[in-house]
Amino acid sequence: MNSGLLSLLPERLAWHVVLSASALVLGLAVALPLGVLAARSPRLRWPALALAGLVQTIPSLALLALFYPLLLLLSNLAKAAFGHGFSALGFLPSLLALTLYSMLPILRNTVAGLTGVEPAVVEAARGVGMTDRQRLWRVELPLALPVIMAGVRTAAVWTIGAATLSTPVGQTSLGDYIFSGLQTENWAMVLTGCVASAGLALVVDQLLGLVERGAERRDRRVWGAGLAGLAIGLAVAVAPLAADLAPRPSSYVIGAKNFSEQYILAELMADRLEGQGARVTRKINLGSAVAYRALAAGEIDAYVDYSGTLWANVLGRTDNPGRAAVLDGLRTELKRRDGVVLLAPLGFENAYALAMRRDRAQALGIMTLADLAAKAPDLTMGGDLEFFSRPEWASVERTYGLRFKARRQFQPTFMYRALGSGEADVISAFSSDGRIAADGLVVLGDPKGALPPYDAVLLIAPGRAGDARLRKALAGLDGAITVEAMRAANFSVDRDDGKVSPAQAAKALAAGLKR
Amino acid sequence: MTDAIVLDQVSKAYDGVAVLQPTDLVIPRGQFVALVGGSGAGKTTLLKTLNGLVTPTGGQVRIDGAPTADLDGPTLRRRIGYVFQEVGLFPHLTVGENIGVVPTLLGWDAAKITARTAELLDLVALPRELATRRPANLSGGQRQRVGVARALAARPSILLMDEPFGALDSVTRVALADDVRRLHDQLSLTTVMVTHDIAEAVLLADRIVVMAGGRVIADNTPRALLAGHADPAVEALMQAPRRQAARMREIAGE
Repeated sequence: MNSGLLSLLPERLAWHVVLSASALVLGLAVALPLGVLAARSPRLRWPALALAGLVQTIPSLALLALFYPLLLLLSNLAKAAFGHGFSALGFLPSLLALTLYSMLPILRNTVAGLTGVEPAVVEAARGVGMTDRQRLWRVELPLALPVIMAGVRTAAVWTIGAATLSTPVGQTSLGDYIFSGLQTENWAMVLTGCVASAGLALVVDQLLGLVERGAERRDRRVWGAGLAGLAIGLAVAVAPLAADLAPRPSSYVIGAKNFSEQYILAELMADRLEGQGARVTRKINLGSAVAYRALAAGEIDAYVDYSGTLWANVLGRTDNPGRAAVLDGLRTELKRRDGVVLLAPLGFENAYALAMRRDRAQALGIMTLADLAAKAPDLTMGGDLEFFSRPEWASVERTYGLRFKARRQFQPTFMYRALGSGEADVISAFSSDGRIAADGLVVLGDPKGALPPYDAVLLIAPGRAGDARLRKALAGLDGAITVEAMRAANFSVDRDDGKVSPAQAAKALAAGLKR
Repeated sequence: MTDAIVLDQVSKAYDGVAVLQPTDLVIPRGQFVALVGGSGAGKTTLLKTLNGLVTPTGGQVRIDGAPTADLDGPTLRRRIGYVFQEVGLFPHLTVGENIGVVPTLLGWDAAKITARTAELLDLVALPRELATRRPANLSGGQRQRVGVARALAARPSILLMDEPFGALDSVTRVALADDVRRLHDQLSLTTVMVTHDIAEAVLLADRIVVMAGGRVIADNTPRALLAGHADPAVEALMQAPRRQAARMREIAGE
């Protein structure tokens, strides 16, 4: 395995451990007292267990995603009330979602453990004159401890697994390997994330098992060893972050959405800033809508977005006044609305485009979307995960009257594969994607102009609008990247053979910039 | 001298259903009283009003002259020994820790508790080395002896027992019953024992209180009850011990 992969492991593992441990401690702090109350009061028991069970049925990724808008709202309220908000991105939403997630097994086992104590023992505790509190601490909790510990183990394993899903809301974790690896088809990277996360879960489970057995046998040495192991493991895992806590010169945060081009451009920007002597933090794998909001809130300082996306998603526009008018409109509107600075277009478009295999398009006589409309009822359309819910799709569908036999959604990597294997005949491709040339695809023409322009543009956070160093670092990128150069860079990261890292691709891209 | 236990019109109802009718009962110090009757007769309810495990719906219980309503439950129960059929030893504690639980709650120092534990093991005729064992490693009879030792640990003057020998085989039962009567005399206890076994009551108790349907239907010495009683239900109850006594005499006379 290459050493570049493992060099990031200490930091990712450390954050993963900090996140999981905090969520587990917080989950325990809430679920344990709640479990005690629920065990005492049958009236509370059912609603508490039902609610915890309900949380468990929400897919963990969705739970994480839901916390972001909620926290953003709270942060805005706090800003209005106290003058400053808090970061709705990263650690906090991940922590809250994972805490909720960890609660059910602890709650359920606490209730089961306490209600499972023999009635005769409970009567004896009352009969010898214990108060309710003494009965709980001296008799019921010690007897329920093995069952409660089993719940804690389950919660720990769940939490460590689900923590990998905190990557899309901007929290560094072992999930960074999995999301980035999936995007760039770097299976060694995906495997690194899986093995590290599973290994961590396994070790923690064994140590908690030791605590559980020790509690069961009332053997101080056994549970002491388990707790000591956990404490030492925590200290060792978290050590790499301690260095980061020291105060440091002002650092920049560069954001990226969750695909290869974004990783490369983020590396390009970061390199140039570091060249100016700045410290740079990278927040990659942000959700598409999350990235802009994070920028507007000042949680990231700069990232690259696309004019059509901003036009439709941020400004809510469905018209298409042309490339230059869209750029001008964005420049003034984003500034006015959010204080966001549109610094410059990079010079290439990454547009949504419908693409087909060249041989298939020729056989069917399809060159444009208008040609496609006639054949569509016999064809299957493949889209990425957001395409069918985007206004661009509605516009294309309406303008050309497209009616497909079937629609299927794919993660982008697998979307291209589906075209090759015939599971899809037409896909929603990106015009700067290296795979268009490499896979021998043809991009269908758009004679009626249904798809908006997608100029890649540099955006800067409101708080950095007057930052000379940032502007200087990014100045040379204005119109400097051709679509061919971007395609080549993207392909170098996405291809199976001779794959390079986004950082390496960024260096190659920088070397070939237009002056 | 004040009586050990006084019940003054004590009653208990659950959701309006009376399980104990208003009852008067006076138990002088040093008496060994057996409460007998079928299930549902109200004898366990009556017993539990004495240490506050059941709060009376009406009336007043006085222990050593003081109304129990004036004391909080835990304080009251630490002063009264309590033994019941299921024993209820704490499985996570050693035999010694089980015996020492009330002194621990009362805040005795460790050395005093250890010494008292050894003394109590002697008193209930168990070897001292059992102190470090867990209840799971004891026989049924040994467990109930530990239960008795636990009840007596803080030197209560009153001992309550709810079917204490019900789960034991007959040999163990007789031996333990004899020991309990010996302890009662030796420690000058006031003892109230609930049992459904009339023969046991006749052999152990100074006084038998017969209950049915939540009220006391007979209250007298074993000798007087064996001699005869107006209530046909009590008469029926006494038939068995009378026959047993006659047969014993017959065998002994041969």
